[in-house]
Amino acid sequence: MRSLLVLGLVVLLAACGEGPGSQKADEGLVVYTARKEHLIKPLFDRFTAQTGIPIRYVTDAAGPLLARLEAEGERSRADLLITVDAGNLWQAAQAGVLQPIGSDILSTNIPAALRDAQNRWFGLSIRARTIVYSTERVNPSELSTYEALADEQWSGRLCLRTSKKVYNQSLVATMIVARGEEATESVVGGWVNNLAVPPFSNDNKVVEAIAAGQCDVGIVNTYYLARMVAEDPALPVTMFWPNQNGEGADGRGVHLNISGAGVTKASKHVAEAKQLLEWLSGTDAQLQLALLNQEYPVNPLVSLPEPLKRWGEFKGDDIPIAEAGRLQGAAIRLMDRAGYR
Amino acid sequence: MQAAALISAGQRSLRPLSRITASIAVLAVLAPILVVVFSWGSDQTEIWQHLIATQLSGLLRNTLVLLVGVGLTVSLLGISLAWLVVMCEFPGRAKFEWLLMLPMAVPAYVLAFVVLGLFDFSGPLQTFLSREMGLPLVDVRHEVVVILVLALVLYPYVYMLARSAFLSQSSDTIEAARSLGVSAWGAFFRVALPMARPAIIAGVSLALMETLADFGTVAVFNYDTFTTAIYKAWFGFFSLQAAAQLASLLLLFVALTLFAEKRLRGKRRYVQGGQLHHHFRHTLTPLLGWLVAAYCALVLTIAFFLPVAQMLVWAFEVGRAQIDARFMALLWHSLSLALQAAVITVAIAALLSFTRWRSTVRQRAFFDLAQLGYALPGSVLAVGVVISFTAIEKQLLFPLQDWLGLENRSLLVGTVMALLAAYWIRFLAVASGPIDAALLRIKPSIPDAARTLGATPLEVLWRIYLPMLRPGLLTAAILVFVDVIKEMPATLLLRPYGWDTLAVRIYEMTSEGEWQRAALPALTIVLLGLVPVIISIKRTVK
Repeated sequence: MRSLLVLGLVVLLAACGEGPGSQKADEGLVVYTARKEHLIKPLFDRFTAQTGIPIRYVTDAAGPLLARLEAEGERSRADLLITVDAGNLWQAAQAGVLQPIGSDILSTNIPAALRDAQNRWFGLSIRARTIVYSTERVNPSELSTYEALADEQWSGRLCLRTSKKVYNQSLVATMIVARGEEATESVVGGWVNNLAVPPFSNDNKVVEAIAAGQCDVGIVNTYYLARMVAEDPALPVTMFWPNQNGEGADGRGVHLNISGAGVTKASKHVAEAKQLLEWLSGTDAQLQLALLNQEYPVNPLVSLPEPLKRWGEFKGDDIPIAEAGRLQGAAIRLMDRAGYR
Repeated sequence: MQAAALISAGQRSLRPLSRITASIAVLAVLAPILVVVFSWGSDQTEIWQHLIATQLSGLLRNTLVLLVGVGLTVSLLGISLAWLVVMCEFPGRAKFEWLLMLPMAVPAYVLAFVVLGLFDFSGPLQTFLSREMGLPLVDVRHEVVVILVLALVLYPYVYMLARSAFLSQSSDTIEAARSLGVSAWGAFFRVALPMARPAIIAGVSLALMETLADFGTVAVFNYDTFTTAIYKAWFGFFSLQAAAQLASLLLLFVALTLFAEKRLRGKRRYVQGGQLHHHFRHTLTPLLGWLVAAYCALVLTIAFFLPVAQMLVWAFEVGRAQIDARFMALLWHSLSLALQAAVITVAIAALLSFTRWRSTVRQRAFFDLAQLGYALPGSVLAVGVVISFTAIEKQLLFPLQDWLGLENRSLLVGTVMALLAAYWIRFLAVASGPIDAALLRIKPSIPDAARTLGATPLEVLWRIYLPMLRPGLLTAAILVFVDVIKEMPATLLLRPYGWDTLAVRIYEMTSEGEWQRAALPALTIVLLGLVPVIISIKRTVK
């Protein structure tokens, strides 16, 4: 019985100890971020050091953050929403939780294709999704486009991540724009036929499977491979930039997604939120943002940092990234029909 | 509140009070669930047509396979292990008796990842086998493996409940059966097992509800279940309504199952007399004894030592740099949230169980509704909490604050209150299982006799109920504590600023595939979960 009393006492202390801490004064910015803490906090710290504006943040997946924003409505304390792909930002804009921000600095620093036409959200870093292959079993001259991975020559040699991941949904959504729904469905069907094993739950596993010899080619975001190569330089897997040459859709460039942000409609600190966005699009922050996770800067004025240079220059698909959001549902339905899990 | 309810039981005049309080608790559980059910107001035909046309039948099949597989495996493991450690003497028995509870502290998604990492194609085992022996490579992402992973971390629910049930069966009942000529197996199947049935069923249904709500484990294996459809509707099609509609089907299924189980059990009651266990353990032959010990060791190794060893290696690789002030804050948040949630949940669960115990069968069905929270995927429940709490604030608290001339301030959403509410709503079923099972074993005539002999209600509570319920209450608190520490989706969505926990940290790392960096918080979660398990062992194992 005594231990129960002790337990009760500890709980009481726990409740009192930090209770008021959650009710701090309403100052500084509040950010809802789907970008992971360790990939964004260093930037927040720097911004606060330079401007004196404190930043509080909550991390979670984009879906729950958006649901929370919608439920809180105009009473939400959030000022900025950060997500790691365009589809979620597009949905947030559709849901009416973001507001347009007019800014010459943002318009200059961020290419039009990588932001919302109505300026409700802005890309902050580029995440390129590319083809990776085994240096032991594949000659890069065999590779050309994403679509060509549906050819018979790759039968039993392809590895993919699950279609449940938004990165693949965006890739297929932009392919629908480039080729139309019917052609895209036959490409996705071809991928499924060529799979060596059922789709994996993450990009790392795809690279590991290629390294281990379970398959020969795959499609992943560049930074996953970059991170793994940094850890193990002898990894027998490298990148190929697809869709670089050729006419029309064949030469449309590598699929680009973004991590980006928008100011919430409920924000009570619009000026500071705008200042943060502009700062994030500037040279200094762009370089940091790219280096933190080996992503590519959106600001064309920023030259590639050293570790990224080793993968070479590439041409990116310049389709407005908002299309990925608009067609996300269509892409999921298409992949479900094609049997891509 | 709990005390008031327990006291009132003996005293007719106070009984409505406990019933009203208990009803309020049920309604509180139902609020976020009703938000989910009311989703049927919106038209989501397109998504439904798509799901039915492409995936739904496969998802239902997978879910069913998983339920049957996990149900059978946890029963087999839990009952057999509990019976062996309670009834038989074999090498290492006393150690295994408590060691076998440990896998409960391992989050299922952690075991899933470790198993995949070690045994997958690119893992060390297969790499070795193919390189050294030229064996063909296999894909371990098979449904049998998914079932095993879930069962290995969920069997302790059955084991703990069955073990305390076997322990509290007076050995004279079994000895009486034996002396009447029943074989050892017969005594097990015809006496011990039926008497332990409420506890076993409580344990198995916890494991099954956990399986139904699981998303993390099946996601690691890319094994599509009904929750996959929920998340697809939400994160893919951005229809929280369609997701909620799917989730409410899940709830309906659980409600029907619970109802059927209660019906089957009917009015049968399994009670015990006053005297407690002084067991005579059956000594096994040396060969059999070692076989049993090997069986226990095998389960324990795969479910506990393997993942812990792997995490130790990873944590060591990353180094101790991660242990800083921030890490201590995470630790403190996990600990204090879990403690608060455990106390609140057990108090409410005890109140509910008690009211239920003293109710008619029809009234009981109402109180059973409080169990439903456990079957909802954590994030769906969390959204239900946000929506219902926001409504309460808008309709009730803000007008009240205006009326009082206070500045509008959010008292529920974005505070620890919302998070704790989600915890107790979700884990009420976990706490109810052991408490119900303990209550069912109390002969109603004992408290009645005490009252007749002139004991005050307080004395009945203090000297009869609490001592007899104590193992059940303690088990309930431990289960909730460990579950809250492991809980991820609701914590992510509902925690206030600055209340990051260890599970949040794991999410941060694993969602970017950096499992090595998640090892330290994961290991800490396991260790924290061990503390209450060990405390309870000290009390129950002699």
